[in-house]
Amino acid sequence: MRTRAVGVAAVVAVSALGLFGSSYHLFQLTLVVIYAIALLGLNLLTGYGGQISLGHGAFYGIGAYTLAVLVHRTSVPYWLAIPAAGALCGVVGFLFGLPAVRLGGLHLALATFALGVVFPQVLKSRGLEALTGGVQGIALEKIEAPLHLPLSPDQWIYCVCLATAVALFAVAHNLMRGHTGRAIVAIRDNAVAASSMGVDTAMYKSLTFGLSAFYTGVAGALGALAVQFVGPDSFAVFVSISFLVGVVVGGLASISGAIYGALFIQFVPDLADSVSKAAPSAVYGVVLVLSIYLMPRGVAGSLRSIVTQPKEGP
Amino acid sequence: MEAFLHQVFGGLANGAVYASLALALVMIYRVTHFVNFAQGELALVSTYVASSLINAGVPYWVAFVATVALSFGMGVLVERVVIRPAMRAPPLSIVIVFIGLMVVLNSMAGWIFGYDTRSFPSPFPSEPLFGNHYLASHELGVIGVTLVMLALLYVFFRFTSLGLALRAVADNPESSRLVGIRVERMLALGWGLSAAVGAVAGMMIAPIVFLDPSMMGAVMLYAFAAALFGGIDSPGGAVLGGFTVGVLENLMGTYVVGTELKLTTALALIVGVLVFRPAGLFGQPAAARV
Amino acid sequence: MSLLSVQRLSAGYGHGDVLHEVAIEVAKGGVSVVLGANGAGKTTLLRAICGMVARRGSVLFDKRPVDRLPTEEIARLGVAHVPEGRGTFANLTTEENLRLGAYRHGRNQLEESYARVYQYFPRLAERRRQQAGTLSGGEQQMLAIARAVMSRPALILLDEPSFGLAPLIVEELYRIVRDINARERVGVLLVEQNAAIALDLADRVYLFEVGRVVLDGPPTQLRGDESLRRTYLGY
Repeated sequence: MRTRAVGVAAVVAVSALGLFGSSYHLFQLTLVVIYAIALLGLNLLTGYGGQISLGHGAFYGIGAYTLAVLVHRTSVPYWLAIPAAGALCGVVGFLFGLPAVRLGGLHLALATFALGVVFPQVLKSRGLEALTGGVQGIALEKIEAPLHLPLSPDQWIYCVCLATAVALFAVAHNLMRGHTGRAIVAIRDNAVAASSMGVDTAMYKSLTFGLSAFYTGVAGALGALAVQFVGPDSFAVFVSISFLVGVVVGGLASISGAIYGALFIQFVPDLADSVSKAAPSAVYGVVLVLSIYLMPRGVAGSLRSIVTQPKEGP
Repeated sequence: MEAFLHQVFGGLANGAVYASLALALVMIYRVTHFVNFAQGELALVSTYVASSLINAGVPYWVAFVATVALSFGMGVLVERVVIRPAMRAPPLSIVIVFIGLMVVLNSMAGWIFGYDTRSFPSPFPSEPLFGNHYLASHELGVIGVTLVMLALLYVFFRFTSLGLALRAVADNPESSRLVGIRVERMLALGWGLSAAVGAVAGMMIAPIVFLDPSMMGAVMLYAFAAALFGGIDSPGGAVLGGFTVGVLENLMGTYVVGTELKLTTALALIVGVLVFRPAGLFGQPAAARV
Repeated sequence: MSLLSVQRLSAGYGHGDVLHEVAIEVAKGGVSVVLGANGAGKTTLLRAICGMVARRGSVLFDKRPVDRLPTEEIARLGVAHVPEGRGTFANLTTEENLRLGAYRHGRNQLEESYARVYQYFPRLAERRRQQAGTLSGGEQQMLAIARAVMSRPALILLDEPSFGLAPLIVEELYRIVRDINARERVGVLLVEQNAAIALDLADRVYLFEVGRVVLDGPPTQLRGDESLRRTYLGY
């Protein structure tokens, strides 16, 4: 336990160093932290809960837009808007989860994929234009550090994200180690057995959806603040696919996996771009495939198997 | 009334394409238990190859046959080189490999063939056949070609030993080995066939939606939905599902919600059906051993 | 003359071996029976011979080493494995299952093979267009053996054919197996929990305990040993 606490403290300390980086690097690190929260959300659903989602970009987007609308059109302060956005996403996720739990693997993939595809269309639709700003989106202002702290807006938003991440990661860690987490994993591994032991599988699955959406929604809200803009094309289905990629490459059913995954989806596309101007996506795709060949269980999974000694047979 | 029939027949033509792609998805699913998310991009590359051949002066039907043959080879190659090494990984990781493949193919298509929109010729005459008002010749041609292809596939699977071997692998890979079937070769064959079917579908739809790297996006979504709708392990269901989705899309788009939201509503309907009938219309409800 | 010669065969499923340095022989046209309790490694033996599980050691089929070959190549050499659980192609018809049994021969003498198999198993002829998964347990076991016969093998591996079947059906099955062994001159390696009925068929018996051979000899040797007889034959 102590080594883990030391490890976490080290990660936080190293992250804090980011404050001293350039504005551009700080922005990239901020996105990494935000994606880590989003990926943690998806991991709760897919890694621990065993339910695939190809549409988490929609929850990310709902969180982002909720914050944008609250901050831009009402007088709600941003620090209230963030949890509000998360809560709204949580409710939406839970409601989506209620019928969705009846769908198995592929069907759930289609349903969530449909969600991811449809979300930008809905944002652009005529009916919601007044709220969402339609194709133009909504621009947001920079957040100043409070109490005249000696931090630039970029540094302040980084701190907010980091603090939120630490809190949410701690909650997730405790949740997964406790009764809830065990129920969720039990349902993933053998739903029939779990249900015969008295676990209300449908309720837990919907709750997992809601929880997962909450996390990703909070990340979306933070993302809106960091980028200072929300627009329908920022939340195309590509975001959903990136999240899934991040969760698998980082390592399923792993809290730390979210961090590795976030690093992957933030930096590898840029790396691919620098390798080949002509076909950066091709390079990205190749890296993706190679990552799976080399680390089939993601970064976290591979690290885990290096650390654990294989047991010798009799 | 005339307009309605026109929409229905147009929907059948699009539906023929969805049906072919859905069938290709089902073929690979039955043999490997995976959905080939890269199916659309494989078809895209095939269509670009055909386009290049035609632009270089090759007569249409020669280019057509050559493309189908080349696509078969491409499918076999992809199975050997990309998919086979991935099969040891856990299921979600394999999904990521498919996504990676999809991204690579899409990107390569754009890089090699360019990002601008091309037109793709139709081999069918531009005047409506038999003087009818309901169906353009191309649409009729698409339905015809698709039906011929489906008939050929049916004969192949039902009456040839290779087709039987493929069905055996889909049913029980272990027993297939026990009777001497080289399962790996069958997997490659399945992928080759699938890619060939995709190539035909791509060449049929390109004249309608125009050829550019994003051509297959919405098409594959419909095909995927159609395959699930019909029952992911049922070839007949996939075909019926494809035609149904095609007609549904057109009718929704014209009479109910307009082009903007037709994708949304079509998907909503399909997902709705799946919530109530998880095995799809014709799929076999999987009874799982506890 | 040895049809199948297994020496020092070890095999396992990852965490340690299930079979330890096992030696088995099947004579040409002979019947060797392997007995043992659940978990003794009998099924693993057959799977190891066919290359379905990682193995070390020597397997000679008709003097030819097959321990490095993949399953389908071993099948093509004339080893027909009737697996645990029957391995029926459930969604295909009875006749299609049989057709697949003859896969390695193509169309060569296909009609004769069907005729021969329907002679042994008339019940299957009645059900030839029926979906194999809908056959009863006994019929599926017959189908599994019939599929093996379709391949005109030199050696048949049978994994617990009596499993889950009523005694009358088991008797019928064993009668047919004896018939096949005599008429087709096919060697049989039979693995069974039901010792009594298997022993009548055997010319050589192996007793497995925890992955090792603890007895190797003619059936009289098992019958002669009082404690073993009590344990495995119940009297």
